[in-house]
Amino acid sequence: MNNEPIHSLAVEGITKRFPGILACDSISLDVGEHEILAIVGENGAGKTTLMNILMGLYQPDEGKIFINGREVHFRTPVDAYATGIGMVHQHFMLVPNLTVAENVLLGMREFQKFLWQDMEGVRKRIREISERYNLPVQPDAYIWQLSVGEQQRVELVKTLCLGACFLILDEPTSALTPQETDDLIALLKRMSNDLSIIFISHKLAEVTALSDRIAILRQGKVVYRGTTSGQSVSNLASLMTGHEVVLPCNECTGGSGETILEIRNLKVRSDRGFFALDGLSLSLQKGEILGLAGVSGNGQRELADALAGLRKVESGSILFRKKELANKSPRSIIEAGIGYIPEDRNEEGIVPPFNVRDNLILKDFRSKHFCKGPFFRFDETRQNAEELQKRFDIRCASLNVAAGSLSGGNIQKVILARELARKPEVLIAVYPTRGLDMGAEEFIHERLLELRSQGTAILLISEELDELLNLSDRIAVIFKGKILATMPTRETSKKKLGLLMAGISGEGAA
Amino acid sequence: MKSTYRALYIFAISLAAALAAVLLGAVVLEILGKDPLAVYKVILTEPLKDLFGLTEISVRMVPLILVALGIAISFRSGILNIGAEGQIQMGVIAAAAAAIYLPSLPKIVILPLVLVAGALAGAIWASIAGWLKAKLNVSELLSTVMLNYIAAQLYGFLLRGPMIDPAELQVGSGTPQSVRLPKAAWIDRIIPGMRLHYGFVIAIVLAILVYVFLWRTKWGYALRAAGAGPKAARYGGIKVETCLIAAMALAGAFAGLAGAIEVTGLHRRAIEGISSGYGFSGIVVALFGGLHPAGIVPSAFFFGLLLIGADMTQRIMSVPANMVLVLQGAVILSIIAAKMLIADQYLFERFARMLEKRGRKAAGGKTKAGAGKAGAAKADRRREQP
Amino acid sequence: MNILTFIVNVLSIGIPFSVALLLASTGEMFNQRAGVFNLGCEGIMSMGAFLAFMPAHLLQNTSLAPYANLIGIAAAIVIGALFGLLFALVTVTFRAPQGIAGIGLHMFGWGVAGTLFRYFVGGVTGVPGLKNLPIPFLSRIPLIGPLLFNLNGLAYAAFILVPASWYILFKTPWGLKVRAVGTYPRAADTMGVNVSRTRYQALVAGGMLAGLAGAYLSLGQAKMFADDIVAGRGFIAVALVYFGRWNPYLILGGSLLFSVAQSFQLAIQVLGIRFPYEFAVMLPYVLVIVVLALTPGSVTRGPAELGKPFDREKRV
Repeated sequence: MNNEPIHSLAVEGITKRFPGILACDSISLDVGEHEILAIVGENGAGKTTLMNILMGLYQPDEGKIFINGREVHFRTPVDAYATGIGMVHQHFMLVPNLTVAENVLLGMREFQKFLWQDMEGVRKRIREISERYNLPVQPDAYIWQLSVGEQQRVELVKTLCLGACFLILDEPTSALTPQETDDLIALLKRMSNDLSIIFISHKLAEVTALSDRIAILRQGKVVYRGTTSGQSVSNLASLMTGHEVVLPCNECTGGSGETILEIRNLKVRSDRGFFALDGLSLSLQKGEILGLAGVSGNGQRELADALAGLRKVESGSILFRKKELANKSPRSIIEAGIGYIPEDRNEEGIVPPFNVRDNLILKDFRSKHFCKGPFFRFDETRQNAEELQKRFDIRCASLNVAAGSLSGGNIQKVILARELARKPEVLIAVYPTRGLDMGAEEFIHERLLELRSQGTAILLISEELDELLNLSDRIAVIFKGKILATMPTRETSKKKLGLLMAGISGEGAA
Repeated sequence: MKSTYRALYIFAISLAAALAAVLLGAVVLEILGKDPLAVYKVILTEPLKDLFGLTEISVRMVPLILVALGIAISFRSGILNIGAEGQIQMGVIAAAAAAIYLPSLPKIVILPLVLVAGALAGAIWASIAGWLKAKLNVSELLSTVMLNYIAAQLYGFLLRGPMIDPAELQVGSGTPQSVRLPKAAWIDRIIPGMRLHYGFVIAIVLAILVYVFLWRTKWGYALRAAGAGPKAARYGGIKVETCLIAAMALAGAFAGLAGAIEVTGLHRRAIEGISSGYGFSGIVVALFGGLHPAGIVPSAFFFGLLLIGADMTQRIMSVPANMVLVLQGAVILSIIAAKMLIADQYLFERFARMLEKRGRKAAGGKTKAGAGKAGAAKADRRREQP
Repeated sequence: MNILTFIVNVLSIGIPFSVALLLASTGEMFNQRAGVFNLGCEGIMSMGAFLAFMPAHLLQNTSLAPYANLIGIAAAIVIGALFGLLFALVTVTFRAPQGIAGIGLHMFGWGVAGTLFRYFVGGVTGVPGLKNLPIPFLSRIPLIGPLLFNLNGLAYAAFILVPASWYILFKTPWGLKVRAVGTYPRAADTMGVNVSRTRYQALVAGGMLAGLAGAYLSLGQAKMFADDIVAGRGFIAVALVYFGRWNPYLILGGSLLFSVAQSFQLAIQVLGIRFPYEFAVMLPYVLVIVVLALTPGSVTRGPAELGKPFDREKRV
């Protein structure tokens, strides 16, 4: 347990290498008492790695950490906790089949006796913290029973119970609705009276609202350090990406009006058994991009799976050009002309050990173009791969490398190349730019708009409201497995969408 | 530069793995009071000393190659076939039964039928496990192992009961074995006086066919995709469930065929212990051969050598032949550990950087440094975790 | 013979039969709760059976004879721990695939036990083995008494282990760590729990129990050693843990179920009902497959990370 409060925390020259990647390149930062420092950067910039080093999860290859002016070494998270640093991770570090109290107990050595657990002591500590910071939690609830917001509260309480007087938060608002985000920002501002906070984000609006100082990371290096006040979002954005980024924007001239895909009253179960889609109806027009907004976990993945034939449809229908597609095999749906960019690009979009060339024909390997009888035509597959590599700017050492070794952006390009080369009439894209840098995002957006102008109907499922507002002709909001509202993009705003995403429909939306 | 480091790295790890396996075996030999080096010398060199030894190795290679080919197909398709032992036995039964109970027909007709019967029986037996995995998500590791025990009992029952050689009953010795198979059902010997038979040719031909199948046809692509990335394969329209069952059936067919060939080419009657552990040896052969036909054939040679060598050490030095199992188990453990270390990018990068630093300091001695580094790198790695 | 005597007969064989399975599967339960499944259990049981048998065999007519069993049991526990350690090295430190590693360990253990036995003993010899220790007073209770309270020391230990392991798993800090590590090792890691060390500990514990199970087979049940004495029980134990939902009491039920099935067919044979004995021997293995097939596939209640190696440095 920490014995002295942390007045200052500084890192100097931190360098960390992963296979093939220099994640942190001589980073130096400092945070003072009761300060909120925001660390900003694109995905892959090195933010999470740096924080994991601070937390004792990774060992830096070079560099030093100073607390209150003294150098410290963290070999394990226990050391970090002992000095008073606590972290709330982006993916909550809570064991689902244990209770809140048991999760807290895992980190509290003093309540772990040899053959006995002091659960009452843990509960008491939880209650103290809960009251002090106004973070209500139930110590005996199982984690799997709690909502996302409740789990985040548990994470906060857990770190505080472990004696944290210095909080690190990694993308705390990624799974929250706009309203929950506002609540969290208010809470953090209150907490900064007692603690210093580092928070990591790529959402510049929150950063400017909450932080005192900002550090911007790009490709593992600190490119800017300074106070937040006076910085504009666009200025920060260009510092983050290193160049003027103008994301392509849809002219929003609307679709052709001809409905090509109609989803009626779809009922689909989730893995847990309950109805993730509860009577969902939607229609897609030729040559339009329909954006689907919603907090992750409201049925998006089940919808995409059902459309691709990967999940059973309990009732309802999916009509493509008036033909029923529900519960047809994935292969017949692919052959009907429906493309799908899956959420899990690493495991679902590619066969990781296969090389790039083989991955590009994943959906077509049976076709007469690539096969003579049962045997492969190697020349055709090679040519195909070379063409696609050029057209889609896939960067890899050679077409023979394993696709799994490519960077996230290039993996997505492989998937995109494969799907687009098949000239689909309908394309379902699920979180296509998640985790990618702005350059890759720009590229993908351009390709999507191109596809749209060629007449393809695109269902774009995304968490980024900016992306949806920029690209879609119409936007629908999904909530608890139903479509709450659909409207043309120019008739809506972030605020309205935020309310709908939280389930608040009706004219109350100003 | 990187590729030389990589080659060195792989060499160092492989060497360490081989040493580990050899050491594990040596420990057991020491307990027996035998000189490990002398025993290893006998195992590795005795069988190669005359033509008989060499043909015996080739005789062993036949079932080893066949079983390993089947296992390679199944492993690459994402399903682990541990049931080859039982599938071989089923193949023996079916082949022997076909040979004994089919009417007299010329060899050209009978022999293929007998072999197909064996393959089919093995395929069906294996499909039970394949179906259970695909439809009910029953671990194939457990189901195939259970099926082994069940097959062993079935085999014993048939050999002691319905299929026993009537002559045994008359004489009263009751040895569980079938009648001699009719000559039409025999696979001929290649070299007179030796036991090497044409089954060897069949095995080699099949190895080539398996290569073509897996890497040059669309079915092979589907199977490999199902094993290498089942989620992506499903997404891409491949029926993963069908692939699993098909892969198991193929693996069973190969094992069943191995049994059929053993009974028609070698023993010419169904006897006890005919599978003699080929089901498990096949796994090691497949792993050692990198799950690829080009590696499986030489790997089968090596393990055939071990098997004959172990027999010889039992005669010459009284080391029980079970020693082979010890070595096989040790080899499996070292191979899979070595594979993981070789694939570990992080470890390789540290190794390469260490070589670079040393290379800059000292001018020579690179090969010596290589083997030492593997140990140091491994020790380093182990310090990061307890 | 009436039905009650028949049931008593079945149970009087079945209950002692279940001890080896119970010990092995309790050990495997700790392994799997921590996220690792050890198919090498079978090989460890072979080694345990052999090492427990040897002192009893060698010291038979010497002055150390009264201690032979204890030495044997101790040796079995030690070898079980060592094998568990080897398995942990391969699967936790080197992160090799657990299924194949288990088969490799099984082959190794089975091979070593068989080699050493054939070399040093060679034939079928019996040992006095463990004696039954009837609990005074309780063993006199009609019907139940002889069934439950007239067993050997290891058997009593095995049954006491059931509530003990429940307590260890659910009420002690170590059990908490094991459960965390098997479900969400990354979370446990961030809380300062040493994932590797916990898994090593679970595997060593599991190995010790498997060795003990083997010792029971040679000293307590068969009172001899043979190459095939384990006959698949190690694999059945692994299946049992899954079937018993990683819960000590359900695992106890499962072990009893399988053993009773085995003794049932033996009792039937005694009755003179003609039945080829091979089919009777087959029964437990068929039962395992049937049971596995009928167990619902949802593993949501079990250790979510079962079978997956943990790599802290792997980027999430």
